Amino acid sequence: MNIVCLIEQTGGLERGSAREALGLARRLADAAGGQVTGLVLGSLRDPATLGAWGADRVVELPALDGPGSSDAWSAGLADALDPLAPDLILLSASATGRELGPRLAARLGTGLVAECTELAWQDGQWLATRPIFAGKVLVTAPVNTKPALVSLRAKVFAVQEGGPAARVEQASLAGREMKAVVEEILAAAGGKLDLSEADIIVSGGRGVGGPEGFAPLEELAAKLGAAVGASRAAVDAGWRPHSQQVGQTGRVVNPTLYIACGISGAIQHLAGMKNSRYIVAINKDPEAPIFKLADYGIVGDLFEVVPALSRALS
Amino acid sequence: MRIVVCLKRVPDTESVIRLTPDGTTIERGDLNYIINPYDEYALEAALQLKEAEGGEVVLLCAGEAEADSTLRKGLAMGADEAVLLQVPQELRDPWSTARLLADWLRAHPADLILAGKQGVDYDHGAVPGMLAELLGLPSATAICALERVADGVRVEREVEAGRERIRLPLPCVLSADKGLNEPRYASLKGIMMAKKKPLEVLESQATAEAEAGRLALPPARPAGRVIGEGAQAAGELLRLLKEEARVL
Ligand SMILES: Cc1cc2nc3c(=O)[nH]c(=O)nc-3n(C[C@H](O)[C@H](O)[C@H](O)COP(=O)(O)OP(=O)(O)OC[C@H]3O[C@@H](n4cnc5c(N)ncnc54)[C@H](O)[C@@H]3O)c2cc1C
Repeated sequence: MNIVCLIEQTGGLERGSAREALGLARRLADAAGGQVTGLVLGSLRDPATLGAWGADRVVELPALDGPGSSDAWSAGLADALDPLAPDLILLSASATGRELGPRLAARLGTGLVAECTELAWQDGQWLATRPIFAGKVLVTAPVNTKPALVSLRAKVFAVQEGGPAARVEQASLAGREMKAVVEEILAAAGGKLDLSEADIIVSGGRGVGGPEGFAPLEELAAKLGAAVGASRAAVDAGWRPHSQQVGQTGRVVNPTLYIACGISGAIQHLAGMKNSRYIVAINKDPEAPIFKLADYGIVGDLFEVVPALSRALS
Repeated sequence: MRIVVCLKRVPDTESVIRLTPDGTTIERGDLNYIINPYDEYALEAALQLKEAEGGEVVLLCAGEAEADSTLRKGLAMGADEAVLLQVPQELRDPWSTARLLADWLRAHPADLILAGKQGVDYDHGAVPGMLAELLGLPSATAICALERVADGVRVEREVEAGRERIRLPLPCVLSADKGLNEPRYASLKGIMMAKKKPLEVLESQATAEAEAGRLALPPARPAGRVIGEGAQAAGELLRLLKEEARVL
């Protein structure tokens, strides 16, 4: 059995989501008998170290070190995958994965299992589980295409460390016209931590009252090494950028700790954060629906509770 | 410019979803249906482009017969005509949907194809990219800014590191994220006019290829717990996070 993980990198370092894919691939390969190849979208500073995360072999594609192009890259990846004869291809449901996955699926003629949260090899076939209806329902279905193409939701699959160094190869790609071309990447303000990659998120809602009301949340987040999120009410009011919205029409996040401040807990907000490992709610209304699922709720004014938390942490 | 907007009929995001006893599908009887919210951003972008430089906006939907009312809502917002590729049963599989849409689009080429970044029902987010590949067109997924430039469009999309700015020639396929614009409401006049606009229904026998699988409700979270009131509860919260949850 050949399992290939598409490895995204920034500046020659593999992304955390790539390690998650390798961890899953390793467990599947060990259970079903097989080998794991990391196919790098570009090249890595130290490719052999992917072995530690589960790869037996690494194939770098230096041609993809340049600017991105979804049309040229999906065609190039399809070419690079062909000699690897994969039974299963894993990619991340990241911004890049969401761009490339569907194109690659159509190119390979396989279809796509998107945003998978569980994957098993059972009775000779892949069985994939994914959330639908914003996580209100889970669907589990066999994947019968060869290769099976599956994108993984971030921060769901455990990484594992300790494997031996991987064999490293490089593959070249035929030159291709790039139609859609990434001209520039505008860095997030202050190199802020992305919500989907954060372990802790401090989120604010309408109860925060205005853009300046986020200052105590920012302070708490800095103390915790957390990212700041927001409800749609706070985003639509123009207090926070769209990239920070959590929920059905924003980001779906899986942090270990989600601290909701002045957020009522509307169904569309819950859709984005209810799989957080621990949920803290700070709200002055004891009847707020968010308390129904908060592991730890504090009834109170966020402008008193949040600074008190920051003080207690210093 | 001829713009095709892919539109989908989905249950309202407020809906409580119940499963049929055999667990193969959801109970659909009492659901309230809406235009997929992301598709509204796509349609708004199309209408703004048309207002700026002329052309026509065509709505395209692969769906069951009931989707005609969804298309009428899109026509009321300002689209010129609509096409329903009517299938006997909901296509839950994006690969089947994309091929059905691509067949129609090959016969009716567009300068620009817009869609929502994902349906808020089956949440694949795959149809626009598949469609682009099938048609051999460039694409950008989940755009939050769109600007017309001399020979094409320039778009932005959120990525983990910030925002990507991408340039694409026409024709191309774009999928819309929230934040792209503020979708307009249908005016009373728009609703009246929509009734007279062309809505073509083309019957198709397409069925989903991928196995539908079994549905289940996710495990419930343990019931919530209030640990205290006001600022004095801060210390207890930190203690619980450190000692009980062990996340700090
Ligand atoms: C199609 C659609 C998609 C949507 N997508 C999303 C989405 O992705 N994400 C999302 O969040 N919402 C989404 N919504 C909106 C959602 O329905 C709610 O309107 C929204 O989540 C409410 O935000 P909120 O909790 O911040 O505001 P509110 O519901 O107004 O709640 C504010 C809370 O703050 C509390 N509060 C006020 N002052 C204080 C204080 N000083 N201290 C402590 N607590 C205080 C109040 O008691 C209240 O509970 C969507 C809606 C639709 C129709």
